Amino acid sequence: MKHTAFHVSALPLALFVTMGLSTTVSNAHAGEVRVMCYQDGIECDVTAEIARKFESLNPATKIVIDTVPYKTIVEQLPVQLAAGQGPDIARVTDLGGLSKYYLDISSGLKDRKYWDSNFGATASWLAPTPGDKGVYGFMSQLTMTGPYVNKTLFEQAKVALPGSKATWDEWAAAANKVAKATQTKAAMAWDRSGHRFAGPAISNGAAIFDAQGELTIDAGYKNTVNKFVAWHKDGTMLKEVWAGSGGSTYADSIGEFINGNVVMVLSGSWQINRLQKDVGTKFDWSAVPNPCGASACSGIPGGAAWVALKTSKSPKETAAFLDFMATEANYSEFASRTSNIPAHAGLAKKGINYASAQPGAKAALGTFSAGVASLSPTAYKFQGYKYNRAIMLPTVARVTQALVGEISSDEALNKINADMHDAVKQAQK
Amino acid sequence: MRFIGFFFDLLEPLFKFAQKWLGIERLGWFFVGPNLLVFGVFTFLPIVINVIYAVTGGVQLIPFDRPYTGAENFQILFECRNYFDIQSCRKDVFWRAIFNTAKFSVIQVALMVFFSLVTALVLNRKIIGRGFWRGVFFYPVLLSPVVVALVWKWLLQSQGVFNALLVGAGQTPIEWLTNSQWAFFWTIFVSIWAHMGFYTLILLAGLQAIPKDLYEAALMDKASPLRTLWRITLPLLMPNLIVVLVLAMIRAVQVFDEVFVLTGGGPGSATTFIVQFIYQTGFAEQIHLYGLAAAASLTLALGLIALTLVQLKLTRANDVGQKTR
Repeated sequence: MKHTAFHVSALPLALFVTMGLSTTVSNAHAGEVRVMCYQDGIECDVTAEIARKFESLNPATKIVIDTVPYKTIVEQLPVQLAAGQGPDIARVTDLGGLSKYYLDISSGLKDRKYWDSNFGATASWLAPTPGDKGVYGFMSQLTMTGPYVNKTLFEQAKVALPGSKATWDEWAAAANKVAKATQTKAAMAWDRSGHRFAGPAISNGAAIFDAQGELTIDAGYKNTVNKFVAWHKDGTMLKEVWAGSGGSTYADSIGEFINGNVVMVLSGSWQINRLQKDVGTKFDWSAVPNPCGASACSGIPGGAAWVALKTSKSPKETAAFLDFMATEANYSEFASRTSNIPAHAGLAKKGINYASAQPGAKAALGTFSAGVASLSPTAYKFQGYKYNRAIMLPTVARVTQALVGEISSDEALNKINADMHDAVKQAQK
Repeated sequence: MRFIGFFFDLLEPLFKFAQKWLGIERLGWFFVGPNLLVFGVFTFLPIVINVIYAVTGGVQLIPFDRPYTGAENFQILFECRNYFDIQSCRKDVFWRAIFNTAKFSVIQVALMVFFSLVTALVLNRKIIGRGFWRGVFFYPVLLSPVVVALVWKWLLQSQGVFNALLVGAGQTPIEWLTNSQWAFFWTIFVSIWAHMGFYTLILLAGLQAIPKDLYEAALMDKASPLRTLWRITLPLLMPNLIVVLVLAMIRAVQVFDEVFVLTGGGPGSATTFIVQFIYQTGFAEQIHLYGLAAAASLTLALGLIALTLVQLKLTRANDVGQKTR
């Protein structure tokens, strides 16, 4: 039975072996570009079509789109990259955290000026060090966290939608009235994510960073944790989303919204396409501005980026394909068909023709685009901070413990603080 | 047979050369060498790598890039202000995972052995459709743990089959997976449901090996069924029971896959077990604390070695007991 005893000890080698095998299988041949892609809607499908166009113009290059779950991008890609393995290109959201693995493709671009003028504003999000002038990829879309409401339920309950400057408390009260009147399971649900949680926290006055620029848990953050836990205890929040998992595992709340289990969800602009596709004509929904707190009415900006990786076996072809995807025509097609907010300055100015978007989706895109103006500077700083996950992940794990009654809110806050400092300390070693 | 003979004829010169080169006393190494190589690469090397991770810090994956930190990871894991208050521990989730694993192992193994024994005793009798029932009880063993967990998740989720039945009967739905007690109960239930068939099979084999004449003698002596069970069946089944007990215990300590899919370790940390803690610390969190995960896995390995030693001791004691009888 001794072999059983060492089963867990074998994890690291098993990992190496697995990675080795996967590399052998997925190793790009010269002229082959492997793209690791996740999709909220049809992003990878559209990318595959753009790739076919690229292949017809560059017959010597083959683009392979590997569509993977988001979890793979979050959990497995970083391990692969740390082991020196990985695809040529990936669609990532941990922009700063993975930046040390990005490949500078500036020498392979046809028109560097085009890149600077159209993607210059977000280029620093991908830079491994401040002030770096390399080109590592481009933002495939801008996103913003924000809420959606079920308008049909509000109409059925004859409750007016709170105004654009309404607070989280006012929204919670209104959504509660609607839930009671329409016998909906719960008033609200938030994605099980520290990133989503940060928006209301910043609105409630959380500074996130102290005077030295280090992460901190202050009164604004504490206030939001207490409120969030109380909302779970009084039934305002749907318990399943946060209590349905352990650890810091991500879980979205949009499924519960689509199934009519909640009146309001806090998610983000990337869900527009899914709502359009899955809700259809079942009910009317709309995106509403981020509710306010004591300090702001902010969500968190973000987005996904196409990045070239140092593990690329075909850097020339990788640069050429990214250059092709970044052209105005292709970027416009991608943004239009996937109903995403463009990060391309030229297109943002011109406006995207969301031809396939239904009126609800078009209105939601307008709401999110307009919301960019009310984003707090702290929200931008938080998004660009390399170790932002050091606060996001413990928040999810510890707040869940508090809302299921395992620990108190105060204990949860102390634990978030301790876990956060431990993680940053380890990451800086 | 002719082919095997031909095969060995082909190898004979190689063996002769090895014997001449190594000498007769060292020839054994020639035969066990390949096996040792595989064992070394896939068993001992991972242990060495694991120890390296456990005594180094940082978030780098390549061992050479990691700074040496000595016993720091173990200190972090075991640091508590008060060892009777989990909450006071720096890594309280590690201790919760240990507590949950111990609780799960004790309850699950006791119930598993009991139900496997009862099932084996029933299936050993001449009942109608015995073959069919044996198949029914063994069938879940053939299923992937992920499939088992997903099936039960669909039954137990808030809008699952069980709650639909409750609502249909005019009852309020139950939080099967978001209430800590219910979630823990279902992890035990699903685990027993999935694996009981395997242990039943082992016990059934043991029951069938007990000589029939002993039962005939007991019948002639008018021994009651309970006395027969207590004095004949259980003592003669003891070697199989020990195997079942130890296998079930090791499996329980290593529980991960089914529970991870079924509850994700939640709600909170109510069903977080030690292997899940290791996985989450090392791989699922985006700041990968490989050193901490490695230290926790070494701790688990020590626990499992202790269990294996207990098994060896029990097996030997049992062998000695049988020989003296």
